[in-house]
Amino acid sequence: MKHGRYPFIIGFLIVPVAIYGTFVIAAYVQAFQLSFTNWRGFSPDVSYIGFDNFTKLFQDSTFWKAIQHHILLLIFLPLLTIVLALFFAFLLNVGGGSKGGRTRGVWGSKFYRVVFFFPQLLALALVAVIFSRVYSSDDSGLINGLLNQVGAGPVLFLADKNLALWSILAVLVWQAVGFYVVLFSAGMGSIPTEIYEAAALDGATRGTLFFKVTLPLLWNTLQVAWVYLGIAAFDAFALVNVMSVDRGGPDGATTVLGLEIYRNAFDYAQFGYASAMGVVLFFLTITFAALTLRVTRRDAIEL
Amino acid sequence: MTYTKTDGPAASYTGSRHASTATQRDKKEIKLFSGFAHIALAVWGLLVIAPLIWVILASFKSNTEIFTQAPFSLPSKISFETYQTAWTEAHVGRYFLNSVFVVAISTAGTMLFGSMAAYVLARYKFVGNRFIYYLFVSGLAFPVFLALVPLFLILQNLGLLNTYTGLILVYIAYSLPFTVFFMTAFFKTLPNQIAEAAIVDGASHTRLFFQVMLPMAKSGLVSITIFNIVGQWNQYLLPVAIMQGAGAQEKWVLTQGIANISVSAGYQANWAALFAALTLSILPMIIVYAFFQRQIQSGLTAGATK
Repeated sequence: MKHGRYPFIIGFLIVPVAIYGTFVIAAYVQAFQLSFTNWRGFSPDVSYIGFDNFTKLFQDSTFWKAIQHHILLLIFLPLLTIVLALFFAFLLNVGGGSKGGRTRGVWGSKFYRVVFFFPQLLALALVAVIFSRVYSSDDSGLINGLLNQVGAGPVLFLADKNLALWSILAVLVWQAVGFYVVLFSAGMGSIPTEIYEAAALDGATRGTLFFKVTLPLLWNTLQVAWVYLGIAAFDAFALVNVMSVDRGGPDGATTVLGLEIYRNAFDYAQFGYASAMGVVLFFLTITFAALTLRVTRRDAIEL
Repeated sequence: MTYTKTDGPAASYTGSRHASTATQRDKKEIKLFSGFAHIALAVWGLLVIAPLIWVILASFKSNTEIFTQAPFSLPSKISFETYQTAWTEAHVGRYFLNSVFVVAISTAGTMLFGSMAAYVLARYKFVGNRFIYYLFVSGLAFPVFLALVPLFLILQNLGLLNTYTGLILVYIAYSLPFTVFFMTAFFKTLPNQIAEAAIVDGASHTRLFFQVMLPMAKSGLVSITIFNIVGQWNQYLLPVAIMQGAGAQEKWVLTQGIANISVSAGYQANWAALFAALTLSILPMIIVYAFFQRQIQSGLTAGATK
């Protein structure tokens, strides 16, 4: 038994650890290192400039614009997605009313779940291409084509500074809702029907059932959902890169950190500066996740 | 997976129908609520499906029709010309096959290396076990954007920029944290007796893994394979960072290719061909989803329910 144990362990770990170490760990370590340099990619000598990149970053108006956009997404993406998904999941699971004290899902709930979930399977880049056509400002767009039929419009979804980011947010919500409907449905399905029956016998209305029974029992799932959606709010790169006017426009109205990192790295060869942005993004994400878990912590209700 | 239980309440209802004690007023209220539920659900269902149907309809229209006809009007004639343009001239065919090739190898690699590492970390005690485990899992906390510049440089130094090998290795590397995290938890739940019996019978550690433990971990492997296939198929940031510059275009994957057609389309764009390209990339997903929707749903939500 003991024989050949260590060669076996090493044999099984060496390739995965080598791949992971080279492309993930080394990359992250180097990113922190690069963020303190002014390296532009080609010059052989790299000089360390301390926190200069960060000082420059905090004076960069584009950076602050991106932060504002992340804050907006951070509030509304989880809020809208979770409210819609909870609403639909509740309708799917107990919308059929209760008979003899038993709650049940609406007719066809399985079909709805299948349809709602589908966008989750599509790449965000693909969804972005679809919706940049849906939002098209002329009659070839889905929405403006319909508006034209009734003599209204056109609405400049992506070209209007005040509308562009909201239009992109709507697409993120469109794609995400189905996933959370399935997730919440699973959570609701594991709540024993006896609890609903007991509550219904006590004369609880559907509203009471939802707020006093379903919601507290789903708390852990909601927490996970909030963290996931928050992390998605720090990304949004694919949508902004593909959909927005002038990449991040109009006039910087939709730009996000991911896009600024990409542009600084690959369009302007500002490797040090881009890495500094990456470091800030990392600290923002990790702070957000830790804060969320801390603030929303509650004792789990064991069934 | 917990979610298979969701039909529980609905199924149990039939049995209790005759035991119904609902009064007339309750019934009316239930009907009203149920009617409202159906309207709300149908509206969202429509919002999800409408853009996809619109894309498919538009793929058969001419450019003029797209601009002058109502969005959901039927095309005047069914011709697959636009599809031919999309497949050959816009290279959608090539991008599609590139994606299939890259994802097939990288998912297989991810699953092999990921479950090998997870197995050893889950079931063998050795110095550094915890350290390596947390090294893998910590990868979940970092945004890929942070690694973007160094990743580019590392690949450049290794001469792997703009190569399938580079892209595949990077896909594997960035899929390992979650795969290792998930599979380690899974291998820990497997019973010991069978493994011990196999060892008594003289099986080597390697044989034990491939012939006994892997088959026992099948349900976990299926979930996480689906998770990785979908994740890698839909990846956009990594390919646009790695496959760029001169000569890269013929190695592009589907997400990158389609996004580029859209972005670079400009004024004289052939929108019909773009819609055909979109349809070509959506349809396979619909077909696969139609057959495996249960497995896909549980595979993709696996991460959130663990």
